[in-house]
Amino acid sequence: MAASSSLQKTTLSEGSALAADEEELPSEDEPAISASEDEEGSDDERKHNKLLEAISSMGGRKRRKQNERSEASLQVSEFFVNAEGTGEKVMLSDLLGTVEKTPGTSNKTKKQLRKLENSKDTLDLPLNKQETEKIQRAIAFEKTAQEVALWKTIVMNNQRAEQMVFPLNQEPLGPKRVEQIVAGWKAETPLEQEIFKLLHNNSQPVIDPILTPVEEASLKAMSLEEAKIRRAELQKARALQSYYEAKAKREKKIKSKKYSRVKKKKKRKEFLKQFEEMVKTNPQAALEELQKIEMSRMKERMSLKHQNKSKWAKAKAIMARYDLSARKAMQEQLQINKDLTQKIVVHSDDEHESKGKELETVPDFVNDPEPVIDSVNPWMKGQLTCEEPEVSCVTPEDAQTAEEENKEEELLGEFERKRRLRQADEEALTPAEEKKHASEVVGEDVVEIADNDENDDKEEEEVEEEEEEEEVDVSEFNTLFKLMRREKTQEAPEVGEELLEGPNRIRNMEDLEVLDEGLEPQPIVAPSLPQTAVVEATSEPTNKKSKEIDLNEVLTKEANVIKVPFLPTVVEEEHDEQISIIKEAFAGDDVISDFIKDKRKQEAAGKPKDVDLTLPGWGEWGGVGLKPSRWKRSRFTVKVAPPPPRQDQKLPDVIISETRDASIGRHQVSYVPFPFANTDQFESCIRTPIGHTWNTHSAVQKMTKPNVVTTMGAIIEPIVKEDFIKEKTTEKTGTKHSSERKQRRSRKRKNKLENE
Amino acid sequence: MKVKVLCRNPDDYVRETTRDIQRVPRNYDPTLHPFEVPREYTRALNATKLQKVFAKPFVASLDGHRDGISCIVKHPKSLSTVISGACDGEVKVWNLSKRECLRTVQAHEGFVRGMCSRFCGTSFFTVGDDKTIKQWNMEAPGYGVRDEPINTILGKTVFTGIDHHYKEGTFATCGQTVDIWDEQRSSPLRSFSWGVDSFNCVRFNPVETELLASCGSDRSIILYDTREAAPLRKVIMKMRNNTLSWNQMEAYYFVCANEDYNLYTYDIRYLDIPVTVHMDHVSAVLDVDYSPTGRELVSASFDKTIRIFGKDAGHSREVYHTKRMQHVICVRWSADNKYIMSGSDEMNIRLWKANASEKLGLLSAREKAAANYNKKLIEKFQYHPQVKRIATYRHLPRELLRQKREQREMKLAQRRKDVNIRKHSKPGSIPVVTEKEKHVVAVVE
Repeated sequence: MAASSSLQKTTLSEGSALAADEEELPSEDEPAISASEDEEGSDDERKHNKLLEAISSMGGRKRRKQNERSEASLQVSEFFVNAEGTGEKVMLSDLLGTVEKTPGTSNKTKKQLRKLENSKDTLDLPLNKQETEKIQRAIAFEKTAQEVALWKTIVMNNQRAEQMVFPLNQEPLGPKRVEQIVAGWKAETPLEQEIFKLLHNNSQPVIDPILTPVEEASLKAMSLEEAKIRRAELQKARALQSYYEAKAKREKKIKSKKYSRVKKKKKRKEFLKQFEEMVKTNPQAALEELQKIEMSRMKERMSLKHQNKSKWAKAKAIMARYDLSARKAMQEQLQINKDLTQKIVVHSDDEHESKGKELETVPDFVNDPEPVIDSVNPWMKGQLTCEEPEVSCVTPEDAQTAEEENKEEELLGEFERKRRLRQADEEALTPAEEKKHASEVVGEDVVEIADNDENDDKEEEEVEEEEEEEEVDVSEFNTLFKLMRREKTQEAPEVGEELLEGPNRIRNMEDLEVLDEGLEPQPIVAPSLPQTAVVEATSEPTNKKSKEIDLNEVLTKEANVIKVPFLPTVVEEEHDEQISIIKEAFAGDDVISDFIKDKRKQEAAGKPKDVDLTLPGWGEWGGVGLKPSRWKRSRFTVKVAPPPPRQDQKLPDVIISETRDASIGRHQVSYVPFPFANTDQFESCIRTPIGHTWNTHSAVQKMTKPNVVTTMGAIIEPIVKEDFIKEKTTEKTGTKHSSERKQRRSRKRKNKLENE
Repeated sequence: MKVKVLCRNPDDYVRETTRDIQRVPRNYDPTLHPFEVPREYTRALNATKLQKVFAKPFVASLDGHRDGISCIVKHPKSLSTVISGACDGEVKVWNLSKRECLRTVQAHEGFVRGMCSRFCGTSFFTVGDDKTIKQWNMEAPGYGVRDEPINTILGKTVFTGIDHHYKEGTFATCGQTVDIWDEQRSSPLRSFSWGVDSFNCVRFNPVETELLASCGSDRSIILYDTREAAPLRKVIMKMRNNTLSWNQMEAYYFVCANEDYNLYTYDIRYLDIPVTVHMDHVSAVLDVDYSPTGRELVSASFDKTIRIFGKDAGHSREVYHTKRMQHVICVRWSADNKYIMSGSDEMNIRLWKANASEKLGLLSAREKAAANYNKKLIEKFQYHPQVKRIATYRHLPRELLRQKREQREMKLAQRRKDVNIRKHSKPGSIPVVTEKEKHVVAVVE
């Protein structure tokens, strides 16, 4: 830095140099400092010069040495510059004197200068170098950032583009001049020269396929997009025109009198409307129109055209006696006459007002809706109902409640019907003994099932394996019911919610265990309870049983019932009804039995089936009605090894799908990759095939289009600013023009209004 | 009598020439072609495997230099011409298609520090340790004529880099200051300096041609505009940048190769945070160059590898290395987007394919279609673990792999530590600093 400061001092730090006293300027020639020279040396030299100067100035008469520039050089030092007549102070007024006389200067600057001349204040110190540089940098950066930001849209578009073809601006196809292709071609023969001279003089194309300069300019003037837009506009206009023409033609061909009459009427109406508007906007023209109408009216009155005096009318008049249509036609004629001869009255403003007043005088209640007394739907009654609810025989609230009750009743009826249906089904299915059980108390059921659990060991010996398993399942589910039951008895008011939650909770095996434990104390208490309670429990069931979830639904198999003393249940009477209602509501969804059925189905599906390879007729007689022998069948049936035990074999309330293949997992994506928002998107993307097996040639081409296409052996040049940014500027000017046009138009409109 | 005849358009079943393949009528009914996804998946997997099989990126090695290569320059108008400068001051002009050296010049005493070619391709400039800027004719001199520079400028200090304006006859050098020169003059038009540190790289923006940027030894990147009086702005990073490269399709992006093993892409409008941090190298990155399409960038590193990054990708898509390639000092992407040239310490210039498995030469339409289809298939199934595993696997030398793992371990440890510190201090007292924010120390206006 220190070494290079010589250059900086000369160029950049003019301010500091100017600050130095003019008197102290060294008169000696300051040689151009080269880099090889020592900085200190030059400094010393200058000091020495200063010293000499000081000494010479002491001597009184100043000896000025003329500065000379010995050699043309880039670095012009301020030390070379010397002015004639130094010492005479230059006043600001001397410099500004000429400004006053020059004609071009504006008054404002003159004024400013005069002010400056008069003011005696010293100027503020300029900012220090660091600060000024910082400001300069900040400004420069802003400018550059803005300039660079022009690229933003182009960059974004290129990034988003489905396909980019590089190099970007390939040479346009089309005719080219021979000069463009062959560099050194000249017209040589005199004839050629003459022809070319002529052509050049008229600025005509020299070789046939090319365009004149004017044409080229016009081509350049309109970009492709603009041209497209223009073409589209023209097309639209043409299409519209043709539609319009076609329509006119069609209408012209119509001969229907009715149609023409309607059309005429329409026209008249339109005309009237226009006229009314005209009265408001342009009264003079309206007056003229009015006069015209008046004239036509006069003519109508003078003529006998619609007066039923024509030949046709007379004939009709004869017919009118017998024919209704003829009479009508005549009446219409008269009506037309009346309409045409009627005088058009232009309403004045006073009339309007009076009309308004008239309207106001009509009492309010006229507008009120009629009091509709609808007991069922209070919302239809408008404002009146809320004002006078006594009018209606049933208040809205009453109506609502009545409605609700109706609904409830309906629902109950529905449930009742369903239940009956199911009961009928069951009766058909279950044996009589079972039925008897079913009709017993719920409490009893619960106890039985509870005991089922305890007596598992005993049953194992008796029942088959499969059955036993199922029983375990069932017992598990029954614990759930126990829970429900218990909850019902203990916290009856919340029964509804709890019941709903029940099946969800039981999913957890630990829960089940906990429930079992919770239930166990009850049977211990049971024997101590008096028999009456049991009797009560037995007496109640008839109605209660009907409200419970039917156990037989749950026990899809016959349960081995072991009789144990009942567990009496205390049912609070007041909640009974509510519980029963809820029970009713969920009587239809026997989720648990469904689940068991589902599981069994899945198990069955998972079992491999024996393969029968018997060929009928092979080695024996075959034909219709003949079956291969049993021996043969057994001989050729391949027995498949039993599958490994199901994972959910020991889990009664779980179905674990065996269809899942772990080996596929290695090929599957375990997460939703970035650009996709959800699995559906990703899956749909994967699902769409892109190959030619599933798609047409063009579709495949479109789908497998590469993002970046480069031409072999073509140099890809950097993007050129002029090709892209220029368009933007023209667009901008275009918008400007349009906005200006708009402004002009609006101004014109304003003027018009003012004129009026 | 009217006779009705079934007729078909011969265009549907007759091939145009005998060399064409037979036309096959196809029924695209999806029920006839079941298992779309599994079939395409298999194809994708096969395509991926084939891609790996055909991935042979190394094309050629140009030997002839007698010292490490310090810089490579592309010819702006000719794809096959490349100029390289070595650490012994020798400059060689190569013909890539013939893979031979066309011309050798002893340009400087000491290193050839920087080179650049004129935008028109008629001449090139070199700067060296002998404090000179030399302009050479691109054409070799006639037989028996001594190879002399067109122009020699003796500077005051050593120049460490040079770059030419993309449209005008001016160029910029860096050293103690960044100087802008006119080709016709022997002294700089203007010189920028900000602080006292020297610069090691200067580059003109190929799009906004008046803009240029330099890397300084004070860990800074400075932006300049030749039309302005002062530099524009300065970013100071944690470590020094070795070189930088402008994106020639997106005017406001540049990428710099840093000593801290990373590359940083910056948007010049928002210098306080880099747009992307490209990580993967395990040693200082020495050189970087954008692809001419501006979609990718290639970097050369002291860890003896070349890596190719997507423009917005944090990690590389490709790594090139050979047993014999030493520290890679300079790298350039060829102007047709097909090749990469790398110059390394062991005096060789290597030519690589930019796309490792791409087939060179002309492709028939069907080959092209198949290649496109395979590419799209791989892209479609890129997230499937098997495809991904094969597609992203790259062999690395043992030493490199060890370093990579080591660094990963270190990074994880650092992250763990940060998390622990944050966990055991007052909430909010230690802010979360993202990877991007970490590396910028300050932006000086």
